[in-house]
Formats: sequence, C-alpha cells, structure tokens
Amino acid sequence: MIACLSLILLCQLTGEIIVRALHAPVPGPVLGFMLLFGVLMLRDRFAALARGPLAAGGIEGAAKGMLAHMSLLFVPAGVGVVQKLDLIAAHGVAIVAVLAGSVILTMLATVLTFLVVGRVIAPAGGRE
Amino acid sequence: MTAPPFSLWVYLSQTPLLWLTVTLVVYALADALSLMSGRNPLLNPVLHSLWVIGLFLFLTGTPYQVYFGGAQFVHFLLGPVTVALAVPLYENRVVVRRALVPMLLALVAGSVTAITSVVVLAELAGLPRDIVLALAPKSVTAGVAMGIAETLGADPALTAVAVILTGIMGAIVVTPMMNRLGITDYRARGFAAGLASHGIGTARAFQVDEVAGTFAGIAMSLNALVTSLLVPAAVTLLLR
Repeated sequence: MIACLSLILLCQLTGEIIVRALHAPVPGPVLGFMLLFGVLMLRDRFAALARGPLAAGGIEGAAKGMLAHMSLLFVPAGVGVVQKLDLIAAHGVAIVAVLAGSVILTMLATVLTFLVVGRVIAPAGGRE
Repeated sequence: MTAPPFSLWVYLSQTPLLWLTVTLVVYALADALSLMSGRNPLLNPVLHSLWVIGLFLFLTGTPYQVYFGGAQFVHFLLGPVTVALAVPLYENRVVVRRALVPMLLALVAGSVTAITSVVVLAELAGLPRDIVLALAPKSVTAGVAMGIAETLGADPALTAVAVILTGIMGAIVVTPMMNRLGITDYRARGFAAGLASHGIGTARAFQVDEVAGTFAGIAMSLNALVTSLLVPAAVTLLLR
C-alpha cells in the first residue's frame, strides 16, 4: 500500500519537476499520469519490473481504491463557494445558467463527434 | 473564564482534525444516501456535502481558511488521483486503442466547445470581464483549472467554484440526457461526461459503467492537457 502510494507520488513529483524545469504548459499531474502509464507498459515488456508496487494487482488495487472516492476530493475546493456569496448574490443566476448551457453543449459536441467519427471510420455498420 | 464547552470549541475549531472529520463524515453520509437511492443523479454526494458544510461554517462563523486548514489533506489528493487514472487506462488499453480516432477528434471538438461556449454565453449574459476569465477553464479538474486562472490573471477561488458547479451539473444531467438521446455506447457517454465535467463527471461515469468510467478518466486527463494549451489562445481571440 505504502509502496503503491509512493509510486503514484513519485510519478506526480517527476511530472511537476519536468513541468517546472521546461516551463511546459502541461499540468504536472497529467504528466505524472502519462509516466505511470508508461511504467505499466514497460512492465509488460520487462517481467523483471513486476515487483514491489508493480507486483500483480498492487498498484491496480491502490489506484482503484482512490478512484472510487474521487468525488470526495472536490468537496474542500467546492466549499470555497462560501467565500463568494456576494458574487453569487449579484451574478449567481447568470453564472449557473452559463455553466449549465456550456456543459450541455460540450457534452453534445463530444458525444456526437465520437459517434459520428466512429461510424465513418467503421463503415461496415454495426458494432465492431 | 469562558465556559468549558465554549473553550473546547475554540480549541477544536482551530485544529485540522475537526474540519477533516467534518468533511469526511458529511461526505460519507451524503454518499450513503446516494447509494440508498440507487445512485439517483439528483442525490449527487458532492452537491449535498457542499451546502451542508457551507451552512455549518456559516452558522459557526468559521472562515473558509480555517476550514481549509483541515480539508487541505483531502484537497491534496486531487493530484495523485489524476495520476491513478493511468491504471484504468492501462487495463482497458485494447478497447481504448480501437476507439483512438473518434476519441481524439471528440477531444478537440469538446475542448473547443467547452471554452468557446462558456466565454460566448458569459459575454451574452453581460457578466463582467474578470468573471468571464475565471469561468473559461471550468471544464477541467480543479487543480489544473486554478493554475490556468492564475496565468490569466483571474480569481482562482472563483474558478474552483465554477469548476465544481460544472462538474455537479454535468454529473446530474449526463445520464438522463444520454438516455433521452438514445445513446447506448458507453465509451462515447463516458468520454463526454469526463470531458465536460472532469472528475465529478468521471466519478459519476464509474458509478454507471466501468467502461464509461475509463473513457471519462481518459477524457478528463487529455482535456486538462488540451485546455491548458487552448484557453490562453482562445481568451485572447474571443475577448481581444
């Protein structure tokens, strides 16, 4: 468990260091995500890597445990709404309406592009 | 001499322990309620945790900074959980590779729509410029969006609120909307949920379907990448 958490933190830390050093416009955790994916792919190629946190099911279990409670992690930042009550009183309705409209448009654009492109590149019809 | 219960409160209200406990207990109750309802989207655990904790802070006159002193330990995990998304991506890499082209094009279409629609709608609604800027990165996960807001000179705290509102609304709307549209491809549904409403949408997608959750997670991480590249350009283009 501790080894798995260390591996996740190491990936994020490496990501942050690279981002700072190169002034890359990529968020550190996103680079860390790519690094961890790369490590897992390397494990497939080199069996010697499958030990410690990378032994069967180790990192998988830890990551899934965290992902199962991902929504909790948004609560502290969300409670920050209490600092913005004056702004919410003045513009709250407009802000909520704008965000709701945008989230619906975004989901429609994404899902329709996904489906249409999927259909065009697989013209045989039907599923796979 | 203050009365003992009051001095105890004065002590506890300044410790991280109390606020960390409040955060976990309220969320655990909200999540149990959501589970009991069969994951009804309206009983979104984040939404109900927010107003309960917010009300509690208001009634006790606790400043947000004091609350965050305890809750930061939870907030910190937003970074590691983004890294952890590599695991479902790895496990479903075969399914993902087969959907690579639709995914990448949907990523571009969705990311551009997310930024453009919010900026245009906010301008139409006549919102002040500093609010428009703070709303622009709202479709990506909190930590990343706050970083983008800082580079734009917008208020990161307002961005965080916009991010979480977007996530909650997306998580509530996605299932009924996709069902109404008759979309049964869980890859596409999940991808849209994660792209438009980041981690909260991804958490919702994992509740509905494992494949949907995986695609949501990929969309969320890729969109964090694309949005941090696109927002500064889009803002200069759209707002001149």
